[in-house]
Formats: sequence, C-alpha cells, structure tokens
Amino acid sequence: MNANQPLPTLAEAGRLIASGEASPVELTEAALARAAALNDRLAAFIEITAERARAAARRAEREIAGGRRRGRLHGIPYGLKDIYDAAGLRTTAHSRLLLDNVAAADAETTARLEAAGMILIGKLATHEFATGGPAFDLPFPPARNPWNTAHFTGGSSSGSGAAVASGILPLAMGSDTGGSIRVPAAYCGTVGLKPTYGRVSRRGVVPLCYSLDTCGPLTWTVEDAALALQALAGHDPRDPGSADVPVPDYATALRHGVAGLRIGYAKGFNDDGKVAAEQAAALDAAAALLAKLGAEVIEVALPPNDHFQACARTISHSESFAIHAEDLKTRPELYARVTRERLTLGAFITARQYVQAQRLRRILTRRVDTLFERCDVLLTAVIPGPAPLLEETDTSPWRSAQPLASVFNVTGHPALAQPCGFAANGLPLSAQFVGRAFDEATVLRVGHAYERAAGWTARRPALAGLSG
Amino acid sequence: MALDKATVARIATLARIRLSDDELAPLAAELSHILTWIGRLNEVDTTGVAPLASVAAVSLPMRDDTVTDGNCADAILGNAPVAAKGFFAVPKVVE
Repeated sequence: MNANQPLPTLAEAGRLIASGEASPVELTEAALARAAALNDRLAAFIEITAERARAAARRAEREIAGGRRRGRLHGIPYGLKDIYDAAGLRTTAHSRLLLDNVAAADAETTARLEAAGMILIGKLATHEFATGGPAFDLPFPPARNPWNTAHFTGGSSSGSGAAVASGILPLAMGSDTGGSIRVPAAYCGTVGLKPTYGRVSRRGVVPLCYSLDTCGPLTWTVEDAALALQALAGHDPRDPGSADVPVPDYATALRHGVAGLRIGYAKGFNDDGKVAAEQAAALDAAAALLAKLGAEVIEVALPPNDHFQACARTISHSESFAIHAEDLKTRPELYARVTRERLTLGAFITARQYVQAQRLRRILTRRVDTLFERCDVLLTAVIPGPAPLLEETDTSPWRSAQPLASVFNVTGHPALAQPCGFAANGLPLSAQFVGRAFDEATVLRVGHAYERAAGWTARRPALAGLSG
Repeated sequence: MALDKATVARIATLARIRLSDDELAPLAAELSHILTWIGRLNEVDTTGVAPLASVAAVSLPMRDDTVTDGNCADAILGNAPVAAKGFFAVPKVVE
C-alpha cells in the first residue's frame, strides 16, 4: 500500500484487516502519504493530524492483534469537515473568526466513529461556516476538484468531496443544509448521503440553520455509505432535532435487488431545474437501467422548484442571520466578502415571511409525502450539470441560479447522490435517489443495485504525478 | 419586481448608507432578486396552514426520574453560626 494508490473502500479495508492483509498502521500511513502528496494541489485538508492518527493506528493495531476488533470500521482512516468538533483539535469552520477555537469534546458523530475504532486523518476544507462560497480572502484556500483542478468541488463539504474522490480517504463527514453533502459528492463523482432530518446527531457541529442542517457521509461506494450510516445513526437526546426512531440493519437491505420496487422518476424536474442535456440524458439512462434490473419505473411530478427555493432561502437566510448577527455587527471584517454579504441578507427577511415559508414548507412536505404513496424511491437531478470552473462559480449573495438539492432539505427526506455517468469534458454527472422519511435502507438498496449494474465506481480521477 | 437605481439610492439614503454610483446597479440587481423570491413565497395560498415546526418525529427528551440532590446536611449546616442535632440553632424569639 502506498501513496500511488487510492485507499481501499471501507468495506474492502475491513476485509483486508480481517484477513491480515492490511493493518491500521499501513492504512493510516498510506492515507497520510497520499494526503501529503496531493494536498498542495487539492487543498482538501485544513489540518492533517498525523501524530494523533499514528498513535490511534498503533492502538487499533494492538487491539485487533489482541483479538479485540471492535467491528468493520476498526482501524480505517476517515476525515471530518472542519465544522465537526474533535476534542483537542481546532474547529475553524474555515473562518478567521474561529482560528483559536479548540474543541473541548467530540461531536456526537465524531465520538461514534472513534468508538468504532476509526482513525482521524485530519480536518477538511469547507466554505466559511458551511455557507458563502469558494473564496480567496480566507485563511485557507478553497478545495479543488480532483477530476480537474480548475473546476469547483461544489460545496460546502468541498474538502470532503476532494479527499474521497482523490482516494485519500474512504470516508469523510459532510453536512447538508441546502445540498452541501450531495453537491460536492456529485461534482467530485463520489457517493453522498443526506440522511433524514433527525437521523444523525448534529451536536458538536457548527450550526448554519437549525431546522435544515443534517450530518452525513461522503464515500466512494453506496455500500460504504451504509456502513458509515450504521455507525452514525441513532437518537441523541442532547440534539433537540434528533429523532428517536429505531435504526435498521442497512447491510441487510443491500442484499436485495430492485425487483418489485417502484421508482418515481421526476423527469419534469429536469426542465424545471434547467438541467443540461447530457445530465438529463444520464438520468434517463439510469431510469432505463433500473427498469432493466426489474424495478417498475413511473414518472412523477414534483411541485415547482422555485417554491422549494423560495422556502429554503427564506428559512436558511433567517436562521443563519440569527446565528451570526452579533459577529456581523461587531467584527464583520473578519468574514470573507461573499459570506458577509450572504449572511447579511437575512437581516432583510421579516418574521412574517419566515412564518409564511414554514407554512409553505408544510404544504411542500405533504405533497412529496403523497408521491411516496405511489412509489418507494424517487429519482431526480441533484446538479444542473458537471462542475463549473472555480472562477466562474456564482458567488453573488443571493444566487441567481436555482439549486436543485435543497428540495429535500425543505421536506427532510433522505437523499443519496451518486455518479451516473460522465460529461463530454470528463467531469462526473450524478443521480439522486430519495426515500420516505427514515427509510434510508430502501434508498441505499436502490443505489447499491444501480451502482453495481452501472459500474461507474471503477473510474477514478487521473492525478498527474501519481500512478493511482 | 425590478428596482431601478433611483429607488436604490433613495433606500440607501433612508438607511443612512452611502453608496457610490458603481455600487447602485449591482445592489439594484441583488435587491430585485430578493423581491422576486419573496414574491414567489407570497403567491402560495397558505390560509389555514400551520407553520411546520419540525419535519422529524421528535419527542422532547425525558430525564431519569431519580433524586440527584440532597443528603448534604453537613455542607449546608457548615454555613450556620450554631448548629444542633442536624438543625440551625437560633436564639429563642418568643416566650
């Protein structure tokens, strides 16, 4: 194992550790070497915690050698978007405001991954406070897309997308308020799972918008997303948004194919969301493949995208302004320009408009729930097309382009983004599978069956200077 | 609804914000965007619809119904000038 190869997936690394073909120390050294070789180009990491990782890897190695293997994730490297707390490390949120913010305790999610025996390799780049956009007036540079470093990774879990796509890490945690797990997953050609609102604890993660924030994994395969979710999911009484709903065995769900399932393809959403022809064609092909695999594919219609957007923007701008108002008043100069301008907009939204948005949210959520009376899983676009150039990314405060992903932040349903082809310029395209609330199992089941049949995971970005 | 430069200049004056001529046009475009979205928000009839409080099936957490305090008479009596038999001792005030 060396820096020239992508790290094995979680499932594969687990098998290698079980059979004695790889050890936690080897996997950790491989991740550290690959991070060192690529981080100048990709800017995926804000901080690489090499010594901490080596100590944890040696401990895991001793435990496993002593017959005390904790489970399938024990001894495998992972990374955290730098809004997750890890005790003793800085949580900067990629911001000048938090450069000295050392976490006293682990986030609940960090604690769960550590308890599973995983090895933290470092803290990953984001957009400032998981909002704003790629910016050059911040203490750390923006991450770059491993498929083509002139292009945007998507955000705000940008370092997470870059680290997983480049094979530095098999698992990176992200957060998703309006698409911040799924968009970088889509642009970087990885899998990204936004769990149901309430499925995974957010305690110890820097908040952006209380009623929309979710935490979840970015991985290379759907099977890995299931493995990660198994460790992450569950009630946390100390996160007021956390739901007390039983956690099923996700790996079992993956064993079933799609035969007998009904998939609702929101084809009209492609026109509504101004999806590029090659991305729309890739979704048509995904729908056709699922039908070939034995699913019944029907067409369904989502409510208008701009109703979702008006709702999501009004709620998220209001709540994030409430979180940042004091700092915006007392030390606005410490924010990047784009973050400051975007956050300030929340000051102009009235209480009446906020409540109107929450009323609209109830209507939209009910309408999407109704679709699940006719089908088990939805198939929709999650990005309008492949990743734009970094310098052409729209960073205007009130983005003029309509994002597509925040539809399911508004409704709370679990949503999985995964590769469904490549654009003519070689950049990844992505499909989104969405399920009933707390039914991640069926979403993962469809994603896994599609992934195996389509075979996109075999293709990795070519990183010049590395033979991986 | 689109705002023109003159309207933005008037708003800026009312808000006591000094804007240069170059700043007026981009700001007019930004504010017009916001008004467009708010317009979309307001076109939906929400009569009789209660605002959504949470999309998750959340129940408030309950603490364990156990005694977590008490049994510290000595610590409390440590404040007393005079204590006797586990009580505060005070001068007799009625005959």
